[in-house]
Amino acid sequence: MKNNVWIYILAAAAVTYFIRALPLTLLRKPVKSRFIRSFLYYVPYITLTVMTFPAIVFATQTPISGIAALVVGIAVAWLSGNLFAVAASSCAVVFLIELFL
Amino acid sequence: MSRNVLERKSNMSEYRRGVKSGVPVCLGYLAVSFSLGLAARRAGLSVISASVSSLLLNASAGEYALFSVISESGSIVQAAVAELVANMRYFLMSCALSEKLDRNKTGIVHRLVMGLAVTDEMFSIGVMQAKALNPWFYFGMMSVAMPGWCVGTGLGVAVGNIIGSRLQSALGVSLYGMFIASVVPVSVNDKKVAAVVIVSAVLSMLMSLIPVFSGIPESVRVILLTVLIAAVAALVFPVKERTDEK
Repeated sequence: MKNNVWIYILAAAAVTYFIRALPLTLLRKPVKSRFIRSFLYYVPYITLTVMTFPAIVFATQTPISGIAALVVGIAVAWLSGNLFAVAASSCAVVFLIELFL
Repeated sequence: MSRNVLERKSNMSEYRRGVKSGVPVCLGYLAVSFSLGLAARRAGLSVISASVSSLLLNASAGEYALFSVISESGSIVQAAVAELVANMRYFLMSCALSEKLDRNKTGIVHRLVMGLAVTDEMFSIGVMQAKALNPWFYFGMMSVAMPGWCVGTGLGVAVGNIIGSRLQSALGVSLYGMFIASVVPVSVNDKKVAAVVIVSAVLSMLMSLIPVFSGIPESVRVILLTVLIAAVAALVFPVKERTDEK
């Protein structure tokens, strides 16, 4: 290693903190622009969807259990909306399927 | 004075609610950060340096990027740029969180503390709260979820692959389960969100399959699609004019 490992960590932490803290501290007044408010309203749904799909399919040992986790997750979220129930049932279905494959 | 007491009480109950919401996040983090710890171990980090990385960065893709720069003996600038690319999505999340915060209850120090831990999971829970977000709710989540992330990473370095790959594979989807739980119920009630979610899923899949785009790292894909789709959605389905309750 050329550099001290702590210098890498501190540099990475500084950049990461800057990215997160900047909007939180600068964007303190209510946004007036209807466009920007609409934009920010849709951001979480898009970001979370893009991060989940198709990544969930390839996160498990076989795509079959990944797809099953997705389907079961959507079904449980639709019916109950409970975060823990959704996460637990997705895990359970992956475990069961991979037990038999 | 009595108003102060009341406010402190409501902050405490928000904090406790946050702790409760943070428990499943903590469990998911333990599993995912464990495999992050394995990567840290391969890159030559110690238990301490890997745990501190997790405590300060709270970012899976960002930390993988950091560990690979370290293992390649890359430059410090390279590490900084890698973080910028891997974590830029948090910029958008922080914008959305900031808009969601209860302004009367959130001071600059609250905002600086929250800035430590705008993660995919805590963002998703925070931004989906029915009311304006009380920072103490967020602190509650942070105080259980962050130790999970930090300890899991350290354990990964210390004991290597102790939980089987099958259990790891199963626990790994728990974080995706949280994203699904955030997106689906709103989509059922709001057809515009449903349309946006379906378009996002289709474009995300196409971008990961079509050769020209499939080389783009996932973190960049998230930013590109978010900006593009949110801009179009804001033009086509603008939200209602501001109401007083928010």
